[in-house]
Amino acid sequence: MTTSDDRPRQSAGQRHLPGEEGVWVFIGGDLLVFAVFFVTFAIARMNNLDLFETSQATLDRGLGLLNTLFLLTSSWFVARAVSMVRKDLPGGRLYVLGAIMLGLGFVVVKAFEYGAKISAGITLNTNEFFIYYFMFTAIHLLHVLIGLGVLIFTASRFQSDGRMKGGTALIEGSGAFWHLVDLLWIVLFALFYLI
Amino acid sequence: MRLAIDRITWVWLFLVAATLVSFESTILGGESIARALVIIIAFAKVLAVGREFMELRHAPLVLLWLFQAWVVIVCIALLVLLW
Repeated sequence: MTTSDDRPRQSAGQRHLPGEEGVWVFIGGDLLVFAVFFVTFAIARMNNLDLFETSQATLDRGLGLLNTLFLLTSSWFVARAVSMVRKDLPGGRLYVLGAIMLGLGFVVVKAFEYGAKISAGITLNTNEFFIYYFMFTAIHLLHVLIGLGVLIFTASRFQSDGRMKGGTALIEGSGAFWHLVDLLWIVLFALFYLI
Repeated sequence: MRLAIDRITWVWLFLVAATLVSFESTILGGESIARALVIIIAFAKVLAVGREFMELRHAPLVLLWLFQAWVVIVCIALLVLLW
């Protein structure tokens, strides 16, 4: 196991903020908002346990698992792309494209999942659980779509030789946002599908 | 690409293994124990994504500790409410 190659370039002892500061302000704000979502969901579940447990049992855990594996693996691709850009190696774009494909896989699975629920007559109006389910997963899906837009833009900034000039801030910042999307889904998956 | 498994890949392997364990949560014990462990495993994964993939372990300490405080506080709040 090596660590030195993947570290950001920095002088000894100096700490490094990946990407631009603004990305981290956004990430911090998002973490606070989602913390409120998670706690609100938990309180609602506590107050209406039977309804939540019966409704949760109707979700397709397999699809939730598949989407979790898509996002975890796409995060690996993005982390690999960051590492390659830092080392000025060609091929970083291929890893970004791999992450985009997996992100698109998430969107397709989610669309299928929503479609299956809606065709079974289950919507936002069905009960309190499904209000939370549709609202929170849709807000998360919006993050996925924004993240995909950011990754597509990042992929377009590579040179034809597969390297990226102009520093690492773009790939680091878009990577950090994509990892946030992954991180938020980890908690949503546990709360909606697993408990 | 070198064949030795690098740090990023170890983290990914941990995340996938932790996901599979929490998916088969009945192996973790009775219902309420399993539920608590699913929450704890989820936040262990969150910590790994933040520290390793988002590289917060190299970031300014204030950011690292704000993130880690978020993980601990939200995890404890959910454990109290859901267990």
